Amino acid sequence: MSHESDEIILEASQITKIYPGTVALDKASFKVRRGKVNVLIGENGAGKSTMMKIIAGVEQKTSGNIVIDGEDVDYHTPSEAIAHGVGIIYQELNLFPNLNIAENIFMTRELKKGKHSIDHKKQLTEAKKCLDELRLYVDTSTLVENLRVGQQQLVEIAKVLAQKARILIMDEPTSALSEEEVEILFSIIHKLTKQGVSIVYISHRLEEITHIGDYVTILRDGKFIDEQKVEDIDIPWIINKMTGGNKVERFETGRLPGEVILEANHITMPKEHGDGFVLKDVSFQLKKGEILGIYGLRGAGRTELLECLMGAHQGIEGEILIEGQKLSSCSIPHRIQDGFVLIPEDRKKLGILPNLDVRKNMTLSSLKKYTKRTAIDDTKEEKDVNEVIGYLRVKVPDCSTMITSLSGGNQQKVIIGKSLLTKPKILLMDEPTRGIDIGSKHDVFTICEQLAQDGLGIVFVSSEMQEMLAIPDRVLVLAQGRVKGEFTRDEVTEEKLVHASAIDLNAKY
Amino acid sequence: MLKKPEITQLGLRNAAIQLRTYIALIALIVVFSILSPNFLSSQNLITISKHVAINAIIAIGMTFVVLTGGIDLSVGAIAGLSGMIAGGLIYEGLILNVFGVTIYYHVLVVILISIVVGVLVGLVNGLLVTRFNVAPFIATLGTMYVCRGAAMLRSNGKTFPNLQGKPELGNTGFPFLGAGRILGVPLSVWLMILLVVIGVYLSKKTPFGRYVFAVGGNEDAARLSGIKVKKIKMLVYMISGGCAALVGLIISSELVAAHPATGETYEMNAIAATVLGGTSLAGGRGSISGAILGAFVIGILNDGMVMVGVSSFWQTVIKGVVIVVAVIFDQLQAHGKKNERA
Repeated sequence: MSHESDEIILEASQITKIYPGTVALDKASFKVRRGKVNVLIGENGAGKSTMMKIIAGVEQKTSGNIVIDGEDVDYHTPSEAIAHGVGIIYQELNLFPNLNIAENIFMTRELKKGKHSIDHKKQLTEAKKCLDELRLYVDTSTLVENLRVGQQQLVEIAKVLAQKARILIMDEPTSALSEEEVEILFSIIHKLTKQGVSIVYISHRLEEITHIGDYVTILRDGKFIDEQKVEDIDIPWIINKMTGGNKVERFETGRLPGEVILEANHITMPKEHGDGFVLKDVSFQLKKGEILGIYGLRGAGRTELLECLMGAHQGIEGEILIEGQKLSSCSIPHRIQDGFVLIPEDRKKLGILPNLDVRKNMTLSSLKKYTKRTAIDDTKEEKDVNEVIGYLRVKVPDCSTMITSLSGGNQQKVIIGKSLLTKPKILLMDEPTRGIDIGSKHDVFTICEQLAQDGLGIVFVSSEMQEMLAIPDRVLVLAQGRVKGEFTRDEVTEEKLVHASAIDLNAKY
Repeated sequence: MLKKPEITQLGLRNAAIQLRTYIALIALIVVFSILSPNFLSSQNLITISKHVAINAIIAIGMTFVVLTGGIDLSVGAIAGLSGMIAGGLIYEGLILNVFGVTIYYHVLVVILISIVVGVLVGLVNGLLVTRFNVAPFIATLGTMYVCRGAAMLRSNGKTFPNLQGKPELGNTGFPFLGAGRILGVPLSVWLMILLVVIGVYLSKKTPFGRYVFAVGGNEDAARLSGIKVKKIKMLVYMISGGCAALVGLIISSELVAAHPATGETYEMNAIAATVLGGTSLAGGRGSISGAILGAFVIGILNDGMVMVGVSSFWQTVIKGVVIVVAVIFDQLQAHGKKNERA
């Protein structure tokens, strides 16, 4: 490495992290330089969150070592990490909305009067000093829930700094901030680095990185790719390194999409609280036997778009036509009847019923089919479930196994099976390969292909760029709730996806 | 759900845990029949089963509610209210001041009206929970007070006596519900058996039952699967209300009098039976048959202790200990499952 001029405060080397079924980090290294903004960058799944969590003590490394100030360190919890001077600010803020600013800042390290009672007065004045440093001038007795998101973020920073953090990890800190708040944050970062605080900065906004960063480290597929001074590189270089500029193996098919089965016109979804939109004027068509990919960063509105199609939200503007017929009612049972079915993103939260077995999970959406008069026809149910288990190659001893004892990939297949039993026309798949092993991923792709050949229209949402290049016939790119690009299979490249999905800093929500 | 035990290495311990309620029940029967020779007499068994029936019928409705992750505190008060409505209709009839007439209904109509009132209270519970997002505990606590107050208001706190009815008014026969016997078995026990059969069928064989478990297991996933979650929740509270109203009728029929304080703390007994039967208060796990078993354990414990001569104060203490121990066993079972997975 050629940048030995700046002192290295933390060095993580040869870090490997193995999750059941996947290798998240593969002998990856990362250097943090004192008083600099150290940017960690990579595609979704490249391992940057894992790296960050390991440095912050949230996750345990499988192997490798971390050196802070020339000393080997070994910590296992976030509080041990903070004792070594490493603090983290999460994207989802970890504050107690029902407590005031001072109480949040001194949580678990309360300033005390005597042995047991909290010295509220001192906490308030000390907290004020912390906030003044960050130029946040609000009363420290304000409840956190009454602060704007940007202000909450500053409180979170104040909290970490009050714990004497010398290394501050920020995970996409600007994703929820207004432009003004981003400027404030950047000036605070400048100030902190001048005081010798080292920043680890993670962001998807490439423009931002060249603006604020000093050093860039690129990870890809869990491996260290490159490290450079920001002044020596530009955005195309970053994209090239992130994607590896490689060609992707594609699923070759002889499919020819048929007539239009789904048409969505000007779908607009207002934000639940406050002004602005989650989705704005989204229109697209889907043909029979076509796989339409939807790409976008977190918060681009992908999941919300699928939920709108599924009838899960009320108060949506725009119209949805299925086989030329406009849909009038908006409820999930109706949409299932219309031929939609959704495989949700968060399998644990929205997909599986942990208290039921495989069979009951699978037939939940199509029970009417198995009901004679009032009772469920067990034999017919079991027969169909076993058929689907065979077709999807679910690894399960028998259909009365509890779903929670299955691996993630097999759980996902059960969820896919559930959707197939409703005899859908349109399959909405939201990150169907998230958190499943490579073998199951391949199975899911094959199933997709098979279903498309059988004439289903498939909407496939993924934040994995490789999947976007390999699977869909057409890719729609969403950014900030709007359609920002559409590419056919032959046109689409990683560079185009990165550019189209990038968040425009100047755009108003 | 009480599953069939599987004998493996850890099987014996697990089987013991899974069958704990059966084991407890058999142990109680053995102990009491040794301590009190009259315990197994047919007369005593009938008395016990009448007591059990009252708790069990409420527990059936309660189990449906608890399976969805809810709770129904209003059942005791509904029992009180339904008894007072039936009592009032039989004792003083429906007084229509506008027309200056009093209408007396046939007993079957009276019973039907009272049960409908119970179902309607359940409907209100369901509306509060689903449309107004009131936590089930609070919603049913509110209706509990309202129903109890309404029961008191119905008679200004007095008892409606002499519910035999009068032949000239055509409203006789009410006492049969509580005192009547078919094949030597009290009608209330037959009703319990009927409701158990219906409850087990509903919960195990029908889509409705499947949906109840689904809603309790993962409400969001159930909703996305196309289940009308609100409808299911409304229905379980209505079932619970109906069951509670029936119990109110059985009690006032047995006493041939309706008292507005009838059914106080019955909600707690029903919850205890439900929990003893292995139903998780978090929802999604449990069974109707378990609740019945729980009701028998509580019933036999109660009556057995009376026969053996345990002081009523100690009875209360022991009942409390049994319930807590049962839940500790539940936790052991849950942890056992977690370990299996890991």
